[in-house]
Amino acid sequence: MDLQQLHQIQSYLWTLPLKPGESRKEVLLYGSAPLLESMDDKVLEQITNVASLPGLVGAAMTMPDAHWGYGFPIGGVAAFDVEQGGIISAGGVGFDISCGIRCLRSNLNLQDVKPHLSTLAERLFKVIPAGVGEEGLLKLDTKQLDQVLLGGARWAVQQGYGSEADLEFIEERGCMAGAVPANVSELAKKRQRGEMGTLGSGNHYLEVQVVDRILDPAAAQAFGLQEGQIIISIHCGSRGLGHQIGTEYLVSMAKTAERCGIHLPDRELACAPIQSPEGQQYIGAMNAGINCALANRQILTHLTRETFMEVFPNSELETLFDVSHNTCKIEKHKVDGKSRVLHVHRKGATRAFGPGHDTLPERYRAVGQPVVIGGSMGTGSYILAGNSDNPAFASASHGAGRALSRHQALARWQGKQLVSELAQQGILIRSRSMRGVAEEAPGAYKDVDLVAEATEQAKLARRVAFLKPLACVKG
Amino acid sequence: MSKNTKMISLYFEHDADVGIIGRGSTIEQAFESAAEAVFSIMTNLETVQPDISVAFEFEEEDLELALVTWLNLLLGKARELGMVFCRFHIHRQGNLWNAEALGEKWHADLERGVEVKGATLTMLSVKQIGAIWEARCVVDV
Repeated sequence: MDLQQLHQIQSYLWTLPLKPGESRKEVLLYGSAPLLESMDDKVLEQITNVASLPGLVGAAMTMPDAHWGYGFPIGGVAAFDVEQGGIISAGGVGFDISCGIRCLRSNLNLQDVKPHLSTLAERLFKVIPAGVGEEGLLKLDTKQLDQVLLGGARWAVQQGYGSEADLEFIEERGCMAGAVPANVSELAKKRQRGEMGTLGSGNHYLEVQVVDRILDPAAAQAFGLQEGQIIISIHCGSRGLGHQIGTEYLVSMAKTAERCGIHLPDRELACAPIQSPEGQQYIGAMNAGINCALANRQILTHLTRETFMEVFPNSELETLFDVSHNTCKIEKHKVDGKSRVLHVHRKGATRAFGPGHDTLPERYRAVGQPVVIGGSMGTGSYILAGNSDNPAFASASHGAGRALSRHQALARWQGKQLVSELAQQGILIRSRSMRGVAEEAPGAYKDVDLVAEATEQAKLARRVAFLKPLACVKG
Repeated sequence: MSKNTKMISLYFEHDADVGIIGRGSTIEQAFESAAEAVFSIMTNLETVQPDISVAFEFEEEDLELALVTWLNLLLGKARELGMVFCRFHIHRQGNLWNAEALGEKWHADLERGVEVKGATLTMLSVKQIGAIWEARCVVDV
């Protein structure tokens, strides 16, 4: 991205000045100059398109890890007001509805795990269904799936996957209100029949990590983190059901937007007025998709616990937090001193409520919401805490963000060689897809340290701990 | 090129996902070629046996939305049935599209690529360039 076209407001905040005759809201880009320079021009084009959508409140924003997406950029945040004709956009949520990260903290440390790491990686690879074409052991009929779509992680706990204690540390306490299973097509439900408790493919993973550095001792204490501790991160979403909801509503919203006279600079911005029947129908389906993702990560949590128990009989894995980064949530935010109810789209962006927010569990209320920036399988990830003065509708980065396309990565790396090189560094990779490993090469991602630093400097969230990967099951 | 020659599938650059291109001497062939491009991301199609046939139809007047609907129905059917498709046939009669896909169930001997979640409207186009029809879009992986 050419920074000459931008105006720098602060060290880590930039805007695109309006051209004469241009009619849109403000565009804000969070990040350092090197991060923005490395972004594709399409990021700016896409977020500028978002800034022209009806009912946008404040500015259309990108997080420091932003990259070229479809419709909205990945790392895009935009809030819309119903009373100002605001819209809901399926492309602004993404196909993998409620894709997110479940973080588990263990009572194990590096010395406990290192001698058995290979065994643990093999067992996890065998137990966790991952990759294209893999199905879970659980097969649900349509009636059972409707219960999943209404109950989310709470449904999974009621079926014996995990405990009530998990629910406290999941967004929405594990169950998204407003889900309407009837708004989800039969094909979407059929796609999901064998996919509960599966990881998926692409950038999804289950990673065993060690806390390498504590950066904020007070927040780390509240989160129950200490150096040398073993953490497990599970990155996945709503699987085939969410994908099907996304694809179906994308096409129907493209037609709705045209009918409603909404000008779309890019068809992928397909949207509907929030108050329209189509908008309300999508919101009901999307909330059902969120519950599907929450239940999926809950089942995977259970499978992970069972596997750890086999290898480490005294192990305990507690849910640290479960946070989604592909959603639209109805939230209250102060805008120009007034409290307003907004539909906040976060596509590849994590919610990051600050200290004192009433939806946070009591344990974290003094320090803020845990935020996860998932890095590549060869570098590491960060746990951060939300800030009370977050300027981006309580949003923060969700990952390192791609620096190279999948095609470029395939041309540069080979899966088997990467697995071997990472093993020499002490990082065990298990995957059925060597193509997938090559596409997800650590070098294909931005420097996660720079993203986390920019996230903190931009006041989006503050760094609490850095986690290093030990073993990774890739989809 | 003869009238019924189907051209090979191609790809174009996209940061996080994959751009696919299908080309042919008819719209239908371009759509079939685009489907091959999508399923080639998931496995080596030369190793997939066309043992099981799945037929379906849909209505769509907009050519671009028809491409997206075609690809997404293929992905949906494949996932519903636990299959991977290797051969594709589609025929247009006005706004009605009759489709057939052939393939087999996933098994351990099939190479695992990367799962395609769905076809998007990004960089979506269906157009005639000289004697060739070209269908392209970004697919989410």
